[in-house]
Amino acid sequence: MSVTVTEKAARHILKTLDKRGKGVGLRLAVKTSGCSGMAYALEFADESQPEDLIFECAGVKLLVDPRSLPYLEGTELDFVREGLNEGFKFNNPNAKAECGCGESFAV
Amino acid sequence: MALLQIAEPGLAAAPHQHRLAVGIDLGTTNSLVATVASGMAKALADESGHILLPSVVHYGETEMVVGREARAGQADDPLNTIASVKRLMGRALADADESMRSHYLLSDGPGMVGIETRAGRKTPVEVSADILRNLRERAEASLGGELTGVVITVPAYFDDAQRQATKDAARLAGLNVLRLLNEPTAAAIAYGLDNAAEGIFAVYDLGGGTFDISILKLTRGVFEVLATNGDPALGGDDFDQCLADWLKAQASLPDDMPVEDRRRLLALARSVKESLSGQEQVVATCSFSNNLSIQVPVSRTLFSELTADLVARSLRPVRKALRDANLGAEDIKGVVMVGGSTRMPHVQTAVEKLFGTAPLNNLDPDQVVALGAAMQADVLAGNRKSDSEADWLLLDVCPLSLGLETMGGLVEKIVPRNSTIPTARAQDFTTYKDGQTAMSVHVVQGEREIVSECRSLARFTLRGIPPMVAGAARIRVTFQIDADGLLSVTAREQTSGVEAHVEVKPSYGLGDGEVARMLLDAYGTGEIDAATRMLREAQVEARRLIDATEAALATDGAALLAPPEREVLQTAIYALAELLETDEGDTRKIRAATDALNLASADFAARRMDASIKRALAGRSLETL
Ligand SMILES: Nc1ncnc2c1ncn2[C@@H]1O[C@H](COP(=O)(O)OP(=O)(O)OP(=O)(O)O)[C@@H](O)[C@H]1O
Ligand SMILES: [Mg+2]
Repeated sequence: MSVTVTEKAARHILKTLDKRGKGVGLRLAVKTSGCSGMAYALEFADESQPEDLIFECAGVKLLVDPRSLPYLEGTELDFVREGLNEGFKFNNPNAKAECGCGESFAV
Repeated sequence: MALLQIAEPGLAAAPHQHRLAVGIDLGTTNSLVATVASGMAKALADESGHILLPSVVHYGETEMVVGREARAGQADDPLNTIASVKRLMGRALADADESMRSHYLLSDGPGMVGIETRAGRKTPVEVSADILRNLRERAEASLGGELTGVVITVPAYFDDAQRQATKDAARLAGLNVLRLLNEPTAAAIAYGLDNAAEGIFAVYDLGGGTFDISILKLTRGVFEVLATNGDPALGGDDFDQCLADWLKAQASLPDDMPVEDRRRLLALARSVKESLSGQEQVVATCSFSNNLSIQVPVSRTLFSELTADLVARSLRPVRKALRDANLGAEDIKGVVMVGGSTRMPHVQTAVEKLFGTAPLNNLDPDQVVALGAAMQADVLAGNRKSDSEADWLLLDVCPLSLGLETMGGLVEKIVPRNSTIPTARAQDFTTYKDGQTAMSVHVVQGEREIVSECRSLARFTLRGIPPMVAGAARIRVTFQIDADGLLSVTAREQTSGVEAHVEVKPSYGLGDGEVARMLLDAYGTGEIDAATRMLREAQVEARRLIDATEAALATDGAALLAPPEREVLQTAIYALAELLETDEGDTRKIRAATDALNLASADFAARRMDASIKRALAGRSLETL
């Protein structure tokens, strides 16, 4: 049972956390909305909640709430560059369909 | 496909709801675009990694190019390569910048100057739109979606015409302008928020073509602009020109060099200048047409000496801004350096010396304006919730006073210079003649007390005022300036509710130099203005008395006055009217003649009063019968 980040994503997360000057890690969550039903949320975490599951990966602390976990199980967070555009991408084995915009998915 | 960015806790947007918003610094020399991603403002680079886009457009045989490539080919096709177009924004041919006139074929057109190019007549708005479109494409490629809105920065000195022209250019480029923002204010946002600084700060912005100084107060995340000033015709270009002139003299180059060679020489001067910011000595080498060439060593010390006057010129508006804000240099906690030209060491030294404190320059001076604009765009697009701690309010100021023409060509200031905007201010006026049913409203901008010395922005007429005796109507004129610094004026007669309104889409046409001149003129002419004001007031008073007396004579003269008495009054009227017609007015004489007419008509006025009381009583007795 795990959620991971790639080396590249970790580097980028650590850099932005450092610039931001505070935060214990990164929160990954899934919300129900969007064109394919589910949507990812990626936020800085200033504190962890008691029920959070915490994954340590490549020096980054990843926080996931128990309701999101089933959908994120096995997911790898990557940081990619596509042309001029750069940002994070979820490689999620649970997702069966992704909407074209990549912001939401269905399981 | 949109890639995800990290959001602040609790603020991850629902999909498709994160609005792509960018800030654009549309500079005279360079332009750039920035955005906020993962809570951090950053400038966006093009495919080859360049952040600065030279504000140069080349209209070629088959295609149009913008930026670096256009600038590189400037010397080869100078007339069709448009640079520094910002200097022409909102201008008529008559007040077009001198250097622009010498480099391009300018033509007069409806509303604004045009530039004759191979691709036809281009207005500055269209050329700017080409630059903006390029940045828009870069941003959309980079952010992976369509932009919701942009914040575009303009110099603090931009008047309404120039602001409007900038907005028009954005619209033409398919951009939704969330707001125009003063460049120095944007820089303060970039510094103030990132560093959470408090206190009074100065923003010293020496770019390619303009110099701006702003005095800002930062308190608990609230920005207030206390004063702005500047020199709209001072920038890195002048340093280039100064060095180019010197190089030309050193190498004995002819005065009548072709345009291409002049461009080449300027480009050489610019690159030498930029190198000297990091090096003590540079050898200027270049070859020109007709086998002419140049090879001259230039030291940093020499360059500093050559351009010392230009640096000194920038310090004058700084002192004025401090005076406007009622502050001394010692009150300034820090000085923010903005604009590529602040990289010059002797500029840094001069600023440090004036303020007695080392300037802040830890952000890239080329980018700081765009970064601040991006942060504001992020807020305006709604990507930050209002309860977030980074929530802040932004106050800006209007650079020149706005007012109305009143009788006698005097200006009544409604919104004083350096008022914070957005703002709405109202003042009540009244009619000047009996039965007056219309009032014309003339909106002017400037510091002088006389209309002819200020800039005319708009005229409109309020009609349908119910006829009343002079002075009875209450006409409220409201000036409203929105956050972009654009003005709308409303006149409303209070008793009847009739209203007239104008959006000031100003007749394009006040030169950059004009604004500076108008400000300069306002200094040291206070006394002359006061004298003129007294004269005009005397003239208005005199005319009012003549009108009133003539009206009274017409209605009651025959009934209440004997012919010799009427003669005396007429003579007094003529004497005064004659004085008013002579060109150079003498305030004392006009006052004396006005007093004389007042005296001569005092008895007549008393009889009219008695007569009207009698009429009133007669009316009443009639009623009670
Ligand atoms: N290293 C340097 N040393 C000296 N001057 C420099 C250096 N780098 C850039 N400049 C000058 O900075 C100027 C451009 O500055 P910037 O990009 O801030 O101007 P801009 O914002 O386009 O102009 P403006 O603010 O007048 O609209 C040019 O004159 C350029 O030569
Ligand atoms: Mg600038």
